Amino acid sequence: MTGVRVAGVGLTHFGRHPERTGRDLFGEAALAAREESGVALEDIESINYGNFMGSLSERQGHQAPLMAEMVGLQCPATRYEEACASAGVAVREAVRAVRSGEADVILAGGCERMTNLSTADVTEGLATAADELYEIRAGMTFPGAYALMARAYFESFGGEREDLAHVAVKNHDNALPNEYAQFHRAITVDEVLDAPMVSDPVGLLDACPVTDGASALVLVSDEYAAEHDVDAPVSITGSGQGGDNLALHDRERLAVTPATERAAAEAYDDAGCSADDVDLVEVHDCFTIAEVLAIEGLGFYDHGEGIGAARRGETTATGDLPVNLSGGLKAKGHPVGATGGSQIAEMTRLLRGDHPNSDHVEDATLGVTHNAGGTVASAVVHVLEVDR
Amino acid sequence: MTDAGYDEWLDAVDDGEGYFLACPEGHGSLPPRRVCPHCGSTGLDHAALPSTGTVETFTICYVGGPDFADEEPYATAIAEFGDVRLTGVVRGVDPEDVTVGMPVEVTVGTNRTTGDDLLILQAR
Repeated sequence: MTGVRVAGVGLTHFGRHPERTGRDLFGEAALAAREESGVALEDIESINYGNFMGSLSERQGHQAPLMAEMVGLQCPATRYEEACASAGVAVREAVRAVRSGEADVILAGGCERMTNLSTADVTEGLATAADELYEIRAGMTFPGAYALMARAYFESFGGEREDLAHVAVKNHDNALPNEYAQFHRAITVDEVLDAPMVSDPVGLLDACPVTDGASALVLVSDEYAAEHDVDAPVSITGSGQGGDNLALHDRERLAVTPATERAAAEAYDDAGCSADDVDLVEVHDCFTIAEVLAIEGLGFYDHGEGIGAARRGETTATGDLPVNLSGGLKAKGHPVGATGGSQIAEMTRLLRGDHPNSDHVEDATLGVTHNAGGTVASAVVHVLEVDR
Repeated sequence: MTDAGYDEWLDAVDDGEGYFLACPEGHGSLPPRRVCPHCGSTGLDHAALPSTGTVETFTICYVGGPDFADEEPYATAIAEFGDVRLTGVVRGVDPEDVTVGMPVEVTVGTNRTTGDDLLILQAR
C-alpha cells in the first residue's frame, strides 16, 4: 500500500466574503494548493469536494463539476456531504483512493458560503444537520444542541462556563498571527462570560462565527512524489471515521462522543500510533464544549477531565498538548464544508514549520485532526506525520 | 408536508395514547423505523410511552430559526421517558425556571410561528 503525501495546501482567508461566490473562493484555494505543490494540472485525476449547504445558501447543487471547471479540468469530481465533516470525508476518500492505487494525484478540500444568509437562515440551514422530525421541529438549533450537551456534561462530570471560556480565550490567542483567521482579536474570560446568551449555557463567544471560505489540498502517492521530485515532507499516515445515531436523544450518553472514539481508534491503529504519541491536534471546536468532548474522545483525557485542560494551560500554545494552534473553528472560522480540509492544511503548515505558530511545536512530528458532523453523529480523524 | 410514521405518532401522543417502539433486546426508539437503531432487530412492537418524564438536559434558546421566531426565548429539553428520550419545547413554566430533574408530561401544542403541531414537554 502506498503512502499519501500532502504536496500542497491552499486556503482563502476565512471570514466575511458576501460578495464572492463559492466557486470563486474554492478556485482561489485550489489554485494556491496546486501552485504550492508544483503538480501539473493534467496530473490531477479527480476532485473530492466537501460542501454542506450550498443548495440553500447559493441555490447551487451539483457543485463538484463546477469546482473542477474553476480549476481548469473536466476530471471526475464528486461532492461529499457529511454536515460539518464534509471536507474531512472528502479528504479521507482521497486518501483511500491513493492508497488503493486507483489514483496518484487528487485535489481534495471544500468550501462554504454562509454570510450572505441572515442569522435566522444560517441557523435553519445548519439545523438541517440534526434530525428534522424530532429535533428541528422541537426548536433545536446547533448552538442549542451543544448547549444541551454542555449542560449534560456539567451534570455528569462537573465543570462550569468559566472553564469553557478558557477554551475560547486560548483559541482567539492562537488565531492572532494566523493570516487566514477570521478573528485577530484577543478576548478575556470575563468577555466570554458577559457576552450575550445564544442558547444557555452557550454564549456568543462560546460559538464559532458564521464564515465564508475554502480549503484545498493536493494529495499524491509516495511514488508520484518520488518520480516528480515533489517536496512533500508531510504524510497522512492514519485515517478513521466513526458514526453514531443522528438525534442526540437517541445516544446512550449525552456528554460523550463515541463517533470520535471510533474514528480515533481506527486512525491510530491505521498509523500505528496511540494518543500518547500525539504532539499537537486540531479539533472540531464549533462550540467551546465541543473542544472538550473532542479531546476526551480522542483519548487525551478521561471523561470529565478535559474541561479543565485549557484553564490549566495544558492545551495552550505553550502547553504539553497544544490544541487548535490555528485558532480553531472558534477563532479561525468555520465555513462548514471547508473546515476538515483547512484543519489538515493548517496541520501540514504547523508540521512543516511554515505556520506562524510552528515555533511553539518545532520538534513536533505527529499531529492529529478531528472533524465532526452534527452533534458528532459523524467524525473523521486523520494522523499526519512529518519527515525529520 | 405529511410524514408517515411521525404524524401518526404525534396524533397518538395528542390523543394520550403515545407509544414508542420496543425491540426484543430492550431498546426503545421512535418511529418511523424498520429496524431497531441500536441493534438492527426487526422485531419492533408498540409499547406504551410513559406520560411523565424527567428533564435530563435543557437549553434556553434566544436565537431560533425562522420557524421559532415567535417563541424566543424558549426552552428546549431532552427528557427521559422510560426506555426512550424525547426532545421538545418546554411550556407551563418560564424558560429560566426549567431545571434538570424536573418532571414533565408529553403533549402536543401549536408552534406559534408556523401553526404546526409541536411536541411539548409540559411542566407538571
